Amino acid sequence: MSFVQTTRELLDGLGSAVFGRLASGEELTFNLAAEDQHYLRFNGGRVRQSTRVRQQRLAMRYQAQGRRVDFTFDLNGEVATDLDTTLSLLHRARVEASVLPEDAYLTVVEQVKRSDVHHEGCLPPLNELLAFIAEEGRSADFTGLYAGGTQLGATCNSRGLRHVFSTESFFVDYSLYTVNAAGENKAVKGLYAGRHWESGQFLENLRRSRERLSLLEGEGRVIEPGNYRVYFAPAAVDAIIALFSWGAVSYSAWKKGDSALMKLIEERVQLSPLFSLNENFALGLTPRFNSLGEVAPEIIPVIEQGRLCNLLINSRTAREYEVPGNAAEVGEGLRSPDMATGTLTDANVISALDTGLYIGNLHYLNWSDLQHARITGMTRYACFWVENGRIVAPIRDLRFDETLYRIFGTELEAVGATAEWIMRTDTYHQRSVGGSRVPGMLLRDFRFTL
Amino acid sequence: MTVSLAIEPKLTDFDPLAALTWIRPEADWLAIRYVHEKTYRRCARNGRPEENVMHLERGVMIEAMVDGQLAYAATSDLSREGVIQAARRAAGDARATANDRLAEFAPDWRPAVQGRQEVSGDAWLDSTSLAEFSDRLIQATQRLKVADDIVTAVAEAVLLETETRYVASHGTDVAQQFLMTWQHFGAIAQAGGETQSRSMNGPTARCVQGGMETFDWDALLDDCQRVGEQALELLQAENCPDEMLDLVLAPDQMLLQIHESIGHPLELDRILGDERNYAGWSFVKPEDFGRLQYGSPLMNVTFDPTLTGEFAAYAYDDGGTPATREYLIRDGRLLRGLGGLESQSRLGLPGVANFRSASWNRAPIDRMGNINLEPGSASMEEIMGSVRRGIYMEANRSWSIDDYRNKFQFGCEYARLIEDGRLTRVLKNPNYRGITVPFWQSLTAVGNVDSFKAYGTPYCGKGEPNQVIRVGHASPPCLFRAVQVFGGGA
Repeated sequence: MSFVQTTRELLDGLGSAVFGRLASGEELTFNLAAEDQHYLRFNGGRVRQSTRVRQQRLAMRYQAQGRRVDFTFDLNGEVATDLDTTLSLLHRARVEASVLPEDAYLTVVEQVKRSDVHHEGCLPPLNELLAFIAEEGRSADFTGLYAGGTQLGATCNSRGLRHVFSTESFFVDYSLYTVNAAGENKAVKGLYAGRHWESGQFLENLRRSRERLSLLEGEGRVIEPGNYRVYFAPAAVDAIIALFSWGAVSYSAWKKGDSALMKLIEERVQLSPLFSLNENFALGLTPRFNSLGEVAPEIIPVIEQGRLCNLLINSRTAREYEVPGNAAEVGEGLRSPDMATGTLTDANVISALDTGLYIGNLHYLNWSDLQHARITGMTRYACFWVENGRIVAPIRDLRFDETLYRIFGTELEAVGATAEWIMRTDTYHQRSVGGSRVPGMLLRDFRFTL
Repeated sequence: MTVSLAIEPKLTDFDPLAALTWIRPEADWLAIRYVHEKTYRRCARNGRPEENVMHLERGVMIEAMVDGQLAYAATSDLSREGVIQAARRAAGDARATANDRLAEFAPDWRPAVQGRQEVSGDAWLDSTSLAEFSDRLIQATQRLKVADDIVTAVAEAVLLETETRYVASHGTDVAQQFLMTWQHFGAIAQAGGETQSRSMNGPTARCVQGGMETFDWDALLDDCQRVGEQALELLQAENCPDEMLDLVLAPDQMLLQIHESIGHPLELDRILGDERNYAGWSFVKPEDFGRLQYGSPLMNVTFDPTLTGEFAAYAYDDGGTPATREYLIRDGRLLRGLGGLESQSRLGLPGVANFRSASWNRAPIDRMGNINLEPGSASMEEIMGSVRRGIYMEANRSWSIDDYRNKFQFGCEYARLIEDGRLTRVLKNPNYRGITVPFWQSLTAVGNVDSFKAYGTPYCGKGEPNQVIRVGHASPPCLFRAVQVFGGGA
């Protein structure tokens, strides 16, 4: 039996054995996260570490007597064994509920919906993958991570709600390195991700990466800190958009004084009419249900032509502040960001930039002044000095410190006509699902500080 | 009946040594690392309970060596069949990748050792009542809310019990036990369109090894009052000026400065390029060890897993290497990197016992442990007295550094101007930036042992697949000359 089938049976077996034992007034929700993955780490085109991970982690939320207790634990995989652990934790939850103070903001999922989605995939044969990367390693310095296998996320509760999402997929997240004419290390970033492995597509990705790498082989240009016109490629825009999920579009964070977009939310500032951002589950990259099993609207407009439309609101926040929720996840971050495209075609990017900096990727972004939506970070990978509509030289990396109000507001000159799909590659605790769709952006002025 | 904080769920028995005999035929050499960790997170906000969560992590990582190649397989299935299947997956992958390996496994990468480290004392979680502890957290939020302008007051405590056992087919058997806590007490103040946050040493810095004795509630509640009052002070404060000034960093900001600009660049796996696709490379080159003047002669930095109570103290790393205190930088000169036996062998350089993993489901890599700036001789009065005009900063709130660990920008919660050797006005939004080696070469005074304080973070991210790990950093306050400082605003 496949990992997906055994995991589903385990979840259903535990649910049917436990939910029936609840007393009146008790609510129990199971959220299962499982993966059967192969992680292969490469350096110099060779295997640095090969790690298989098979894990099934159950989160159970117990509510009764106006109290809530949460437990998460790793399952063995066999119903009888895991049932003992689950029941012992249920007993503990009841005990805790008898002594903890009352929680004023408990919520119950009223809509008992059900869904079941599985995406079958086709992963690369290991020997083929190794052969391609070894071959690549002979012509370019290949470093990166392959992750492939099955992921499953499921939520069910004692009221009969049940959602299951599983997928078989892979990514190769890589860098190709070279040394330029001045003896400096230079690199390009590549990503090949999907459900159905196609060797030809992977080789084409590598070929395009090598082509870009060749642009970096000339002597680098040292750019002094200061203000410049810039073009951000989609990967760089994606890194900035990711910061919106650090509290910026969270209703709860705003009410707690912890949102970077406070001025936008309170209509003290507007962003550019060129900037629109949706939470868009229609992209099909991530399930619409959250860890409680609440199903979000298919599309939630967040920013429409520079004006805030909606913040993300989970049910606890909705209860606390007495506002309607939109089935956001606990942290109220974007799960499927989709930024609207504009009119700047790929062919016109360099000429439209004219003289300034082409930024391929950004690195290590963080708020430098939350209240003014100011962020700092570094340029990374393929970044170039462009002069009179012509790429002149790769640059040495620069630090920036700039506000979102200028980036998506006063300095936004044009948005790319095509958007890139960027799959999530983060693997903390387990591999993430999801991704985003973002275009590039041209800015009139952007502040570099070091 | 009193309900204690401790939770004891019903679990199946698992004996790593017995499991090793189940899988012995599967490979030339095998090891099992078993991890059983309970993390309790209790949180209150604005006088109400916010979260009561317990995470139980339990599983094994199998290491299998075939044809000179080591591969890993992790599973939470601790049945005999589950462990055997994991061993077969690891052995199969070792065989399949042997011809493409980066480096051949050497037996001395996993020393044959037997050892135990146990937590002593009576500070376990079962000594404390759950109701009383929850009540203390709620009280803390009430003390943080010193005025109506405090819109958010949060008190959070994380308590951790960990057991690990590492056994290998050549006789290694290492068992370690840990008890840890970290705490966050923070307030957000809002008035007149201004918002400011203040916390006790920064949101994640108060990390120590220890149990319930680390909660001195009388002292903590008094300190909550100070935190709330300082949040209000910041609402009225001037912005940090934008100029080159002398900079005094408190130990709760030194932790971040050490972490980002010493710890990460000295990791040998970064220097080897393993991290280039994710966290980055390093400006440090192999030939710099023994030669590079990293900082001023006042700079002495150790890897110290032996400092009792510091967050990342341990007796053995996850490859079984006994952990000892070593100087990384002495009198400003770079001596040694942060790398376990695998990286030491690949580079031909000395390192330390820091081959560590986030949990049972990740393979070990080179990580920081406790990285400390050793105390100097200056009293706080002498440090301040040597500054005509400067800034004193406390508690990290922003951090960013490039992928070679050169150009950094850090921000703090709270600052005060130093004028003619005295602390004067409170300043808000303090930030500073610099470049690693010139910055450390500007180190002009190092506080004495009386001002030496240990902090840490539970959230150091690195590796592919990604891992977060716990690290400790101890330091006295330090003075740096002529640093670019600046404030907030658009």
